[in-house]
Amino acid sequence: MTWFLTNAWLIPLIPALSFVVILLFGKRLPNKGSEVGVIAVSASFVLAIGTAIAWIQRATSGEEHLRPAANNDLFLWFKFGPSETHFGIHIDGLAVMLLFVVTFIALMVHIFSLEYLRGDRRYTYYFAALSLFTASMLTMVSASNSLQLLLGWEGMGVCSFMLIGHWWEDKANSDAALKAFLTTRTGDIGLLIGLTMTFFLAGQTFDIEKINQAALAGHMPHTLLLVAGIALMGAVVGKSAQFPLHTWLPDAMAGPTPVSALIHAATMVVAGVYLVARFYGVFSQAFHIFTPGNSGFNLVAIIGGVTIIIAALLAFVQHDIKKVLAYSTVSQLGYMVMALGVGAWTAAIFHLFTHAFFKADLFLGAGSVSHSGSHHSFDMKKDMGGLRKQMPVTFVTFVIGSAALAGIFPLAGFWSKDEILVGAGHNGYVAFMVIGLIGAMMTAGYMTRCVWLTFFGEYRGHGHPHESPRQITGPLIILTFMAVVAGWVNGFGLHYFQKWTANPVVESAMRLGRVTEAPFSWAAAALSVTLVLIAIAFAWAYYEYHAFGFLHGLTERNATAKAGYTFVEQKYYLDHLWTDVVVGSIKRPIAAGAYWVNQHVIDGAVNGTAAGSRVVAEFVYRYIDQDLVDGAVNGTAFSAEEGGSILRRMQTGRVQQYAAAFFGFGVVIIGIGLLALTHSF
Amino acid sequence: MNGFDHWVLSGAVFIPIIGAIVIGFIPRANEVQIKAAALLTTLVTLALGVYLVASFDYDSSGVLQFAVNRPWIDVIHSQYHVGVDGISLPLLVLSMFITVLCVIYSWDHFPEPHDPKGFLILMLILEVGMNGTFVAQDLILFFVFFELVLLPMYFMIGRWGGARRQYASIKFFLFTLFGSALMILSFLALYFKAGGTTFDIPGLIAYFSDPAHALAQTTALVIFGGLFIGFAIKVPMFPFHTWLPDAHTEAPTVGSVILAAILLKLGTYGFIRIAIPMLPGAAASWAPWIGGLAVIGIIYGALCCLAQTDLKRLIAFSSVAHMGFVMLGISTLTSYGINAAVFGMVAHGLITGMLFFLAGSIGERYGTREISRLGGLLVQAPRLGWILGFCAMASLGLPGLAGFWGEFPAILSSFAPSGALADHLGLFRAYMVIAAVGTVLAAGYLLWMFQRVAFGVPKEEFEKAHIHDVHMPEWLSWTPILLLIVILGIYPHFLFKTTNGAVNQATIGVPAPVDIAPGSGAAAAAGAPAP
Repeated sequence: MTWFLTNAWLIPLIPALSFVVILLFGKRLPNKGSEVGVIAVSASFVLAIGTAIAWIQRATSGEEHLRPAANNDLFLWFKFGPSETHFGIHIDGLAVMLLFVVTFIALMVHIFSLEYLRGDRRYTYYFAALSLFTASMLTMVSASNSLQLLLGWEGMGVCSFMLIGHWWEDKANSDAALKAFLTTRTGDIGLLIGLTMTFFLAGQTFDIEKINQAALAGHMPHTLLLVAGIALMGAVVGKSAQFPLHTWLPDAMAGPTPVSALIHAATMVVAGVYLVARFYGVFSQAFHIFTPGNSGFNLVAIIGGVTIIIAALLAFVQHDIKKVLAYSTVSQLGYMVMALGVGAWTAAIFHLFTHAFFKADLFLGAGSVSHSGSHHSFDMKKDMGGLRKQMPVTFVTFVIGSAALAGIFPLAGFWSKDEILVGAGHNGYVAFMVIGLIGAMMTAGYMTRCVWLTFFGEYRGHGHPHESPRQITGPLIILTFMAVVAGWVNGFGLHYFQKWTANPVVESAMRLGRVTEAPFSWAAAALSVTLVLIAIAFAWAYYEYHAFGFLHGLTERNATAKAGYTFVEQKYYLDHLWTDVVVGSIKRPIAAGAYWVNQHVIDGAVNGTAAGSRVVAEFVYRYIDQDLVDGAVNGTAFSAEEGGSILRRMQTGRVQQYAAAFFGFGVVIIGIGLLALTHSF
Repeated sequence: MNGFDHWVLSGAVFIPIIGAIVIGFIPRANEVQIKAAALLTTLVTLALGVYLVASFDYDSSGVLQFAVNRPWIDVIHSQYHVGVDGISLPLLVLSMFITVLCVIYSWDHFPEPHDPKGFLILMLILEVGMNGTFVAQDLILFFVFFELVLLPMYFMIGRWGGARRQYASIKFFLFTLFGSALMILSFLALYFKAGGTTFDIPGLIAYFSDPAHALAQTTALVIFGGLFIGFAIKVPMFPFHTWLPDAHTEAPTVGSVILAAILLKLGTYGFIRIAIPMLPGAAASWAPWIGGLAVIGIIYGALCCLAQTDLKRLIAFSSVAHMGFVMLGISTLTSYGINAAVFGMVAHGLITGMLFFLAGSIGERYGTREISRLGGLLVQAPRLGWILGFCAMASLGLPGLAGFWGEFPAILSSFAPSGALADHLGLFRAYMVIAAVGTVLAAGYLLWMFQRVAFGVPKEEFEKAHIHDVHMPEWLSWTPILLLIVILGIYPHFLFKTTNGAVNQATIGVPAPVDIAPGSGAAAAAGAPAP
């Protein structure tokens, strides 16, 4: 079994090769290259399962599991200055878990796309991009050094750009693609700075393991470490769509729905969460996450907590089913980031694990609805409603996925969300436990609204809804199964997940802070489930039975309520701030101003110098040379006519004459060189 | 060293001139013969480059190899001294490589007024100057080649250029000549300060590194200033850059490619080869200013790009920003920074060269380079469009493509500049942040350009136009560049193993980077060998 551990580098390599093959030969293949993508991702999936089994055997075989099974030296990647960096694969519980999740979801999405994208104008291109994305993500999660991580990180960004803009004929789509790339790239300023700083702070190495150890060893000046942590946090905010840079993710829904499921829900957007989890030595020390008697607040937890609430609120006012799910994703990513901020490391990556299944399930469910139920629309209010009768499989899977997301016992989301809340309380971050509970109620509320609008009431569309074919419902059923059981690996007090992903870096960090993992608590579980059920009941009563009549139409009657609604509907005006104020002012007035300075001030000085020289030369020639010198010599060597004609010839701009003159000069120089050479050899 | 090794560098420099002379004797009407002769000449030259790459000793890349040192102009003690080390080898080979591809690209693309004979002769003379500059190890020899480059480029712009070619070519010529005048003064000053005995570059470096011969600080600062102006104009650094957009906008496609790919590197190469090793002390005093101008260039160049309406002019301004990264790396005076700079020079040569090819091809197909009139390139010529997208990604410094390895290590190096700059630590860290912001602006102007040119649907005036996708000479000249961009991006060791030893050698007179975490045990754990 150790074969799988030492050869895990094959897992990212196979989809990378698949990308090249599809690019070069895809169009000539019978299924336009899609078969290559499916086979490649299946192969990677099998290898990932093998690796997971091998890892679990190793991890449960004693103390050995504390050491990552790594192949840190595949080849020398580069060496400059005094530091050497090797391309390598780092295999530990976190990596293995993500290898499994990414290949699993990618396989589901590949199969789903065979039908969903059938007949698309860029079918081959689509599968090539999916392969490249899978390869990039797998490279990132198995990276042994931070630049390899960056390689995967940015590679995913490009694929995200390509796939969001898949239908680029429409400017709205290419705008969304640009927005996604540039927003995450803005966060990446922090990544570049953070990776630079950790490189030097750890004694000039990109090796992630060594960076973590150096941070935990306490040798780093804390101020610099804190700055590095804040910088890296910038990257998290960009890539994992946290407040205030979350605005790109809802727009990213312009891409094909399977892409939204894979990239913008289950995998790529968790890269920021992964970054924090991977560099936990750095983050826990920089933000004193485990320090006894901490204030109960830190930047990571605050960003996560704020994101949970603001995104959940936005999910209530969306008409587009994908946007509901997008804001829900933002909010759930907030849970993961908050969990890392409050020291609930295992809970955070456990939530990442379960969320991948039920959110992919929900997105593909939305895709199924638009494919077969609403005539390619995603508008819940205009084109959906009552679809539970015509699309029973989609309906059941969607409802179970929603329940898992809302955290209903004993579905996947319940276990992971519960662990986050318990962890926050256990580690002394009570405020964030409360935020988590409020967020859980909001989640239940907006998902109830979403299910009600889509599947209940009367059908409001104009199509002929029917159930989707098997390539679509198949992945839905499998993902729903996972949405039910995925939580059980750590549920019912079993804690397998915790044992398999146990991380020496995190354990040392917790030991330093004298903190232990939070135990499971039935009381907390009962509380959260009760609150969630109340929220569902409230929402159901509100939408189905029009209960709480005073709330209906409140925004039309009450000015304050109306202002609040508008504020939320306008997405807190953050889009205006980024797109119009920041980007708009750089694009137009600032850039135009810089260019004006270039043309008029700097180039003006250059041209002014040239013009000035000409005036001086004219003066020298006319008054000094001709009148004074030439007048004195009285017309000997250089007569006025001759000089004038040379000048005129120069000014006629006949380039051939310049050419002749300068060419002559060049030939003379080279001639001298050649003569000297032949002379000397 | 066998007998061939004595001749290989001289061959690399002078074979093109033989080719040019041969072409001179072929009648103007025999175009195919002229083109074949030019292609053959550049291929033979490139073959020598391949030989150099194959037989170069990478373990001692800091040592001059294939060196030849013969008396030349005895009266001023100038020697014919040529040789390559790990810094000059990649640039020399890049120059040979790009010239071949330019000949292939031009095959049936000669710009008005056509005349392949004149055009190719100029291109070969250009190659003499470029190759010569990269192998010269004597200041006078360096100067001759450095200046020789000006002439053919001047004619290329002036004769085959666009509407404002007169203005652009004169501006290019005079601007650089002005810098050269100061540069030669500095060369002469170095010569006389070293007792008027040698112009030999390694000799002068050795001479001034002896504390007994150290120059007075003011003298060194002034001499460095002359070199700075000369090289900074060539790079070009803000605020000496205004010749560049005009020259690029007016130059024929191939002229732009060579200008961007090779000519700009002569300036940065001069800093690394001459200015810094000879005057490390003065370099340290100038470095904060150079770094400052470099980051201004990064932001300023990017902003000017955003304001452009002409595709080619946009790419020209992007050179100002990219060369800012190169100069930032150089200004840190560290091994990291200068390695980044050399990598950045090669990467910029490939990527921006490629972008100019594309701008030329797009302009030729549509008859305009006005961005607002273009659109939907991906609909009409998908391959051309995707190559443009690929190059935009490479240019914005995407990891996995060559541009990244020039950009990120430059940012990295400015966090911990040389110990000689310890007083300016905060300043260089501010430069680091500004440069990192520059990467976002780069993504902005490149992707916005790509969106306007390639996405969407064609504008009404070109709806019915037949736009030919990439054709054969284009494939032949572009594929090698595209492959190299990927190979260098995925396997940077390929280039760093060449440059590292030589860079360590060139920075020997400068203190090592500031130590950030003195107590950290990880430095030992990393097994970092001493430089």
